[in-house]
Amino acid sequence: MAGDALLRLARLNAAYADAIDSDRLEEWPGFFVEACRYVITTAENHRAGLAAGLVWADSRAMLDDRVAALRRANIFERQCYRHILGLPLLRGEADGVATAETPFLVVRTMRDGRMDLFAAGRYLDRVLLAEAPLFVERIAVCDNTRFDTLLALPL
Amino acid sequence: MPTPASTARPPEHPPWPPGLTRVPYWVYQDPALAEAEQHRLFQGPVWNYLCLEAEIPEPGDWRTSFVGRMPVVVARTETGAIAAFENRCAHRGALICLDTAGRGAKDFTCVYHAWRYDLRGVPQSVAFGRGINGQGGMPEAFCLRDHGPRRLRVAVFCGLVFATLDPDLPDFAAWIGPEIAARIRRVLRRPVEVIGRYTQALPNNWKLYVENVKDTYHASLLHLFFATFRITRLSQGGGVIVSASGGHHASATRMPAAGPDTSYQGMRSDEPQFRLRDPRLLEVADEWGDDIQLQILSVFPGFILQQIHNSVAVRQVLPRGVAETDLHWTLLGFADDPPELRALRLRQGNLVGPAGFVSMEDGCVGGFVQRGAAAAGAAQSVIEMGGAEAVSQETRATEASVRGFWKHWRAVMGL
Repeated sequence: MAGDALLRLARLNAAYADAIDSDRLEEWPGFFVEACRYVITTAENHRAGLAAGLVWADSRAMLDDRVAALRRANIFERQCYRHILGLPLLRGEADGVATAETPFLVVRTMRDGRMDLFAAGRYLDRVLLAEAPLFVERIAVCDNTRFDTLLALPL
Repeated sequence: MPTPASTARPPEHPPWPPGLTRVPYWVYQDPALAEAEQHRLFQGPVWNYLCLEAEIPEPGDWRTSFVGRMPVVVARTETGAIAAFENRCAHRGALICLDTAGRGAKDFTCVYHAWRYDLRGVPQSVAFGRGINGQGGMPEAFCLRDHGPRRLRVAVFCGLVFATLDPDLPDFAAWIGPEIAARIRRVLRRPVEVIGRYTQALPNNWKLYVENVKDTYHASLLHLFFATFRITRLSQGGGVIVSASGGHHASATRMPAAGPDTSYQGMRSDEPQFRLRDPRLLEVADEWGDDIQLQILSVFPGFILQQIHNSVAVRQVLPRGVAETDLHWTLLGFADDPPELRALRLRQGNLVGPAGFVSMEDGCVGGFVQRGAAAAGAAQSVIEMGGAEAVSQETRATEASVRGFWKHWRAVMGL
């Protein structure tokens, strides 16, 4: 059973990263339940129990709004990410919801070809293990506290 | 034999044009000028923001911060006062405090050779100062008290901690003037609580970011979120206060009038078709007791206090190189926030910071100038909206406070 959960989490993570890295941002909110929580914060904030993050969303509609803003509203230079994800660490499973942690590295490549290690950290996830698993909560806790220029695309 | 036409000596900067409406691009590019700014400006006659009083509430609590590039320790002393001193051991120059913050310190000891300082940065003891078994040690004539790190004058205003190395600078409140002081009090009137922090690394000279903050003209043109959702439009009431020195400012946007506003028709930043699926981002709690829904305030050289709806934050601008700037954000709530208001602040936090629907654009636009003007050191930017003066105006369709920045900067730099 645990092995099955691990495989589902790994598949979910791989599909999630692929959607963002392949510029199919419109699919990104679909990895979450409707009443989800998605936060990007720093390890310092997380450790200190500070709630505010760089991104703070408590509904899937807010994720839709972020995608719409990136597509239609915000000004930023063309860029793409490459998510390199570690294996999910399954912390527990209760009532069909898995608690898991997955380490990430995100490499950002800019329009002009410059490539940088943009963020490193871990996802703290609660995942509904349905037929198609969905994030109930995904907190991207970045080890880095400095963010170069801007963070447009989601982590 | 022909004589060489010229040597390879770099060209002198052309003289600064008279008035405040032109700024040459070399001011964002010249390493020698950036070096001079450290001494004349940051370590000179200005009050530098260090941290919040709420971040060091008890005696022995401390944080590390910066005055320009100078590392500084800010500590709450035994008497409850706040002291600040250069984070540099008097012995060999190592950092005295290595971490970002700490609590309950009795004193500070340098890790290198264990020289010890009190909470005010006054040296207390030298390890093995008398040597070992009568051999070695410091000479009799050595006077430890003569060798402390530089200590700064500290000012606390509405819970904000500022410091200066200038013994003659007027008190903080007098220095910023009554109008700016009143606008700080307007926002910071209750005890604050830090709700989050992060740093945005900007690819540009620090002055380009400070100009952007003071530039009331750009906000509704660059930021579609501001214009489309009427968070701030130039057609809404409001204005800008510029201090007598020019260096400090407070801009305000009043609530929009009911009914249609066609002044932005056809502009990129007005997208009437753009709707939010979760409009709670735009909910506002009336907590300020006036009709100002957005206030941006700056204290020269690099402090910003932001109130956008219910999103409150302070920002510290620190140069890290000629074309590198760190922008330290501290997001605030008030200690007595009810849960719904706190949730509102967290949600509105999506407007600001590196991922902010508004602030991400301010993060990149300074780099656009830094790169665009890379070969234009002798050319000048045009800062003429709203005239040639650096005075308060009843409109935000002006660059008055940008001119004010240069008025103050030039007075301090002697340029």
